Parts: sequence; C-alpha cells; structure tokens
Amino acid sequence: MTGAVVGSSAPRGGGYERVTGKQRYVADLRIPDVLQAKLVTLDCARARIIGIDSRAAERVPGVRLVMTAADLPQPMPRFGPQFDDRPVLAVGETKYHGEPVAAVAAETEDAAREAVSLMRVDYEELPAVFTIAGALDPVAALVCDPVLRPDDPLAGTNVLREHHFGWGDVDTARADVVVENAYTFPMVTHFAIEPHGFIVAPDSDGITCWSSIQHPFLLQRMLARILGLPLSKVRVIAPDPGGAFGGKQNPKLEPLVAYMALAAGRPVRLILTLEETFQAVRRSAAEIRVRTGLLKDGTLAFQDIHSDYLIGAYADTADRVITKSNYIACGPYRVPTARILARTILSHTTPSCAMRGIGTPQMDWAVESNLDEGARRLGIDRLAIRLRNLARHGEAFIPGDTPADGDWQQAVRRAAELIGWDRPSMPGHGRGIAVGFKAGPTSGLSYSTVRLLADGSVFVYAGTSDMGQGARTVFAQIAAQELGVPSERVTVVMGDTNLIPFDLQTSASRSTVFMGTAIVRACHDINEQLRALAGEVFATDATDATGVTIDAGLVRAGTHEIPIVDLLKRGLGTLGGELIGNGHVRKDTIPGHPLGGTPAFYEFNCTAVEARVDEGTGEVILLRHVSVSDVGKAINPTQVRGQDEGSAVMGLGHTLMEHYIYDDNGRIRNLGAIDYRIPTSMDLPLKMHAEAVENGDGPGPYGAKGAGEGAALCVAPAVAAAVQEATGVVIRDLPLTPERVWSALRERDINLTSDGSTQHDGSAVPAQSVSAGEEHTR
Amino acid sequence: MENVAQVGNIRIGNHTMNTIPIELTINGRHRSLVVATHHTLLDVLRDDLGFTGSKACCLVGECGACTVVVDGRTVDSCLMLAVEADGADVVTVEGLEADGRLARLQEAFLDSGAVQCGFCIPGQLMSAHTLLIENPTPSLAEVEEALAGNLCRCAGYVQIAEAVLASAQGTD
Repeated sequence: MTGAVVGSSAPRGGGYERVTGKQRYVADLRIPDVLQAKLVTLDCARARIIGIDSRAAERVPGVRLVMTAADLPQPMPRFGPQFDDRPVLAVGETKYHGEPVAAVAAETEDAAREAVSLMRVDYEELPAVFTIAGALDPVAALVCDPVLRPDDPLAGTNVLREHHFGWGDVDTARADVVVENAYTFPMVTHFAIEPHGFIVAPDSDGITCWSSIQHPFLLQRMLARILGLPLSKVRVIAPDPGGAFGGKQNPKLEPLVAYMALAAGRPVRLILTLEETFQAVRRSAAEIRVRTGLLKDGTLAFQDIHSDYLIGAYADTADRVITKSNYIACGPYRVPTARILARTILSHTTPSCAMRGIGTPQMDWAVESNLDEGARRLGIDRLAIRLRNLARHGEAFIPGDTPADGDWQQAVRRAAELIGWDRPSMPGHGRGIAVGFKAGPTSGLSYSTVRLLADGSVFVYAGTSDMGQGARTVFAQIAAQELGVPSERVTVVMGDTNLIPFDLQTSASRSTVFMGTAIVRACHDINEQLRALAGEVFATDATDATGVTIDAGLVRAGTHEIPIVDLLKRGLGTLGGELIGNGHVRKDTIPGHPLGGTPAFYEFNCTAVEARVDEGTGEVILLRHVSVSDVGKAINPTQVRGQDEGSAVMGLGHTLMEHYIYDDNGRIRNLGAIDYRIPTSMDLPLKMHAEAVENGDGPGPYGAKGAGEGAALCVAPAVAAAVQEATGVVIRDLPLTPERVWSALRERDINLTSDGSTQHDGSAVPAQSVSAGEEHTR
Repeated sequence: MENVAQVGNIRIGNHTMNTIPIELTINGRHRSLVVATHHTLLDVLRDDLGFTGSKACCLVGECGACTVVVDGRTVDSCLMLAVEADGADVVTVEGLEADGRLARLQEAFLDSGAVQCGFCIPGQLMSAHTLLIENPTPSLAEVEEALAGNLCRCAGYVQIAEAVLASAQGTD
C-alpha cells in the first residue's frame, strides 16, 4: 500500500470534483447578498479624463454603487509587486486600452451592464506609445509620471530599468566567425480558460477576498497595506485557479473590488470577460539583437546581446521578467565572455507580467536561433554545436553562480535520438533542435503544517495554489511517502490565509522543491513524535533515535513492530488527538546578487521537431515534436508528462499563431477568442512525445527539480530551424503564421529567379539549398 | 411538450425585464421555470439553477467551456437563448455521473491524466460524451476533430484524446 507512492502516477487531487463539475472556481461561488460589478473603460489607449457623469447610470434600478477615482482615498492608492505604480482606478488619464476609469455595482449583472452603458465619460485622446521605437523616441509621451519615479535617472524616459550583465571583455574577445541578427517576439496573452474573478465581502472589522490568485499571501499583504488593516483581518480565499501561467500571480483588480465592497457595505463580485483578461495580462514583446562569436570548431567565443522588452503601462512583475531572463541570456552554455544589455520599456499597452518561462521564451528564440545561424555558417551540425558548448554537470558556467545542476547532454542526446537526428530527413522535411533554459526561484519561504490524525489519516496545509500543475497530488504523495500512509488518506488543504501557514508564492516552478521540502520536514517532525510515542508505549529509550525506526507505515522499536495507526491508538489513549508537525524552507535573498539570489535549480529542456511547409499556403505542418526535460525526479510521471505536453503546446501558440494586433490608437483589434487563436486539438503536431530525464540531482524531495515551464521555452527556435531546413528561408519574427511564411517563401523565389543576390540579415534570406518538389497538399 | 409562450415581466429591484416561462428536462429531471428572454442557456444553468459545472469563458462560442448536450447534440450554451431550450432535454456535466458512480469517460479522464486545472474539462467531457454516442469507436483524428471546439490552455490535448480513446475501447 505504500513504498512507491512517490514516482507513481497517483490520481489527481481534486480530480473527482473536476470531472463532475463540482469543483468551485471563484465564479462558481455563491455569496449571499452579493452585488455584481462591471468595469467602465474607454475605447482608446491614453486619454485625459475630463469628466465622468454617472447620473444616468445611478438611476438604473438595482444600481447600488458607482465608483470613480474621486470616490477613492486621495492620493490614489497605488500598488504593484515591484513598484507601487498601479492605481486602483485610472486617475487623471488612462494608460492603456481597457484600463478601468470607473466601476458599477448592482443587484444583477444585467443592471450593472446597463448602467455601464449609460456612464458618460468625457475624455481627450492623447499621444501614446505602443512600440519599442515609439517609446524610445526622445519626444515620446511618458508612460509613467516622473513624480512616481523619484531619484530615478531614467524617470524622464520610458525606460523603466536598464540592466547590464556579463563577464570578460567582449570587445577584445577573439572569434573566427561573428553572427549578428535581430529577432522579434510578439505580445501574447496567458489565456487561462478561467477569466480572472474577484469577490470581496466586508466583515465587522476586516474583509474577506476571494480571488483566482497564485499568491494569496502577497495579495493579503497588499490589501492589508492599502486598507490599513492587520493581516489577521484580511482573509484571502484562493480557490484553485482555472489556469494561471503567471497571469494570476499578483493583484490586479482586487483593491478596486475591496474599496467597492467597503463603500457599499456589501459583498461585491467582479468576474472579468475573456476580453478584459486580454487587457489585464500579457507576455512582454521583445526585440533582441544577438552577436555571437564562434571559433571554427563551433566553440562559443562570446555572446553580445542587446534586448529590449516592451512592457505595458504599469510595471507589475515585468522588470523581474527581464532581469531573470537576461541574466541567463547565454543559456546553458560555456561562454567565455558575455555582455548583456537589457532594457525594460514602458508603453501604453496592457501591463505585461510573468508568463510560463518568465522572459526566457523571448531570449531563447533569439539566442538559439542565432546559434543555428552560426552552425550553418561554419557548416557544423546543429546538434554537435550544442553538445560541444553545453556546460557539464557541476560546471560554473555563469561565473560565481549555481553550477550546472544536471546532465544536460543526456537530455539533448535523448531528444536527438527520439527525432532520429542521425537519419536523413525525408525530402521536403526539415528538422530543428533547440534547448530551453530557465533559472528557478532565487529566494523563497514556505511553511507547512501536517496533522496525523488518530485514525492514521493526514491533513497537509500548504499555501501553494494548485492551478493545474498538480501540486495537490504531489503534496499528498510526499506526505504519504514520508508517513507511510496511502495517498488517498491524505487531504491537502490550500487557498485560505485564515487556515494555512504562510507561503511566499506559487511561481517559477518552485512548489515541489520548496513546499515539498517543507512538507517533508513537517512529516519528519511527526516521525520524531512517533518515535517518542513508541518510546513511551514500549518503554524504549525514546531519545535513542536508532532504537525506533519508521518505515512504510510500520514503527519498529526493539523487538516490537506496530503499524502507525495502532501506535496512535495506544499512544494517544482514549481521548484520541493527533500529532502536529511543522516544517519550513527559507531561501534568503542575497544582497548584491543580480537576481537577488542564486537560482535554486535550473529548468532544462531539449525540443526537437520535424516539419514541412505547405508552399502553397505557408502553413507549417509539424510532423513530430519531442520534448525532453530534466526534472530530477518525476514525483508523478503522468502529471509531469501532461505539464510538458501542455507547455509545448503553449510554446506552439506563440511560435505559430498568437499575437496581439494593435491599431494606431493603441486599441487591441483582436480581443477575445474569435480573433486571437490559441492551439486547439487540431493544431497539434501529428506525433508528440514528452519525456523526462530523472537523475535525482535536484534540490527538492527525492532529487526533484521544478518542471512544467521548460517545454515551452525553445519550441520557437526548434520549429523555425525546421522551417529553415525544409524551405531554406530564415524567419526571425514570430509568430510563423502562414502569411509570414508564405511571404518569406515568395521573397525566396523572387530572389532565386533574379539570382545573384547576396545574403543579408533581413527577415528572409535566400536559400542556401532549396528542397525541390515540395508537395502541395491543398 | 408544447408551450404557448406567455411573455411577461418580472421585477428585480425596480428593474423590469421581459420573461417567459419554459419547461425543460435537465439531467433527467423535469423543470418549469421563468427565464429572462435575453438570458442564455448558460446564464440560466449557472445563475438561476446553480449548475455551475458549465463554465463561462469566451461567451462567443469559441472556447467550448460551456458545452452542454441539448437533444443529443453538443451546444455552446453561451450562444443559445434559454427560451430556445424550451421543451428540450439538456444534459450537463453534472448529469454524467449515474447512481453516484462516475461514468467510464470520467474515469478515463482521471486515469489518463487528462485533467489539469480542470476548467475546460466539463466542456471536453460533454463533447466527448456526444462523440462516443454517435461514434463508439472513433479514431484519434475523429476525437481531435470532435474536441476541436474545446480549448484547453493547460493543453492536455494529448492526454484528453487518450482518455476518450481509452473510454471508447472500454465500450462494448
């Protein structure tokens, strides 16, 4: 019944509820006496708010509250995970398309909607910036009021932060070949299927806030700060989010709903539409110029990288996204000399935040693609150039930081083997291989309490949010393993700051490593108590730890052997009771470290694909996609596979189809599911395979590392490389839509016809070899 | 059953809206209710009747999170007015379980790891449920096509398809 709980594909915690419709997400909760809220927004990006007339809206029967900036405390409370720059409601001017200027609360959604339609906002549209070039123009409108950036030398620009990383002197580094290209990555959005939802109810002396949030304790901290309440009077209930991917990490509209609930004296509920979530969260766009120096044999000599990330109107976690991805911009390679300049650039667009991979998909797209260019220039196999330069296990490839923590060559070789790299491609087919690499969490704090009840069943309290990654299942498996009980007897309690000890956050694939370890420690605390109990029951010297052993649900003390359940019965006596264990993990910040701390682990993935291109339509047809992630230990292999397959498909989204389209006035023209496409079941590669490397070399329980982000990181460079091999065209802008690929093919053909054209670093270059006889399928 | 539509109105607070009585069967149970004429079947299922298993996401018939079965056909309940369901037989995800036991399809979803965050799963299940009634032994391509209208962002499409095929193989 026990023993191999860890490493087995135990059934998903909460699975029953999810297949029966009984799972309660925020929008499914029914709060008595609740008012329904709707947002008032403008159909433009930046506008000066001249006046708001809510009289007609207030006359709508059932309307109980109209809130504008004037109804909020002055000065306007501001908040944000990195900078307190985001106002509760737009004050003075809006900064992006969809920023709320007011909100209405009514007895019914119908009434709230009608009232919103009757709100009159007089506004004057103002000049705004939506692109990197626009934002960097010396005469560009400033996104952030310099008053909010005291003592900031960049306050008079739209550059929020400028970061310099690297080692050695690139200017004197010797290389046989230098390859320089620029790559772009579009704005994409998280598109969790559950739109963000918030409910706040005032209590006699505090509030309760329900939110589909990843970090309930940081939400609690922020609400307590702006409302001036003790933490103990701010209860955050965080039902399992219906997908999050970084988009639900930090507070967005909870403060607004809290002020509305306090003003109305009643609970207020705001469930965003999908369109509103597009205007609430996205991934940052990027333009990245990479200059790669190589020796003739393919050895990396230097990397010289300049990245500009276009973030939105408020910082959210965007600057952290840029820092974390640029610090490791050179990837998992041994690079003797590196210079990285990264700029975080504000614009009048949807605020961007962390999204699966935290800035690395953008960087990986550029750096891995450029490495392919180098390999082609040198005539070196693209697999070989990677194997040659990959850091070996234990190697300090980033000077002074966490050494390589896995056998990364193993994952790359396995992916190559799975795709059949050593066999020739079929005519018209192309292959690509790339590695994805991401820094894990650099600091963290997780507490867990575990209760072993009198009948041998177990409660685990963990402040992690289970947003689909399956933390609930993994935690039950860990506790079951450590306490020797079946995982079905473990109940994991999450998502309520009144019940659960503090956890910093659910992000950076940290929970198995951090919270998992806290749970192991809490279980060890209980095992110590069991030993003491066995000592009492059997009159063995309880202080002699070697005298009592606990294994697979059995306690052995001297010649005695007794199941834990029976020991509890005898030891706890007729009154019953329970054993309570506590454990925690703290990884402190390191002052002066560029990331505020060393990565606890790295996420490493190798993706290889085989593709062909429909030359008539430009459609990229993925025939095979293999993804190999170094996860240390798959505590639940089925879940790890699901995470990696899902991560890969999300990567296919930004690779092939996803991008925001803005008009000249900064309005998003493809809001919502009709005009913004994410992969469906029909968009999958014909064959997909996800596999894990398990060498038990991670810092987490049983040697686990984080998982679930890696497989998204390098999909784009792998697919683009396959397209290049299949067609001869190099495309450096994502997504690889049929239109873009078709245009590149057409340019190739024109250049071939005119012939004699020289190679250049434009968006498409003439083919070095063109596969003839490409099959037209439709 | 034939219903003569009696358009009326009800007051919510001081607010008046057009309403109409309808009768329908939901998960085998007959119900008579009065619905607002502009409310969708999804609105009525979730807000009036508490069947919150059907989810609201895109509300334009693209994501499939609100999929229910109406008279044997899958429907995006966000696109169907409740009045259009008058006289219909509606099955929601809450109706898949029988006698307190999970349907084979639901079991297969759990066994195959098809469930991640779970928000899309009710819709996936309803589409798969209908597919398997119409085509008890579908191919992988047929499964993928039948579920193409159900977006999953955790993107467990592979394991979802495996679940449907496993469930189909278990069919007599």
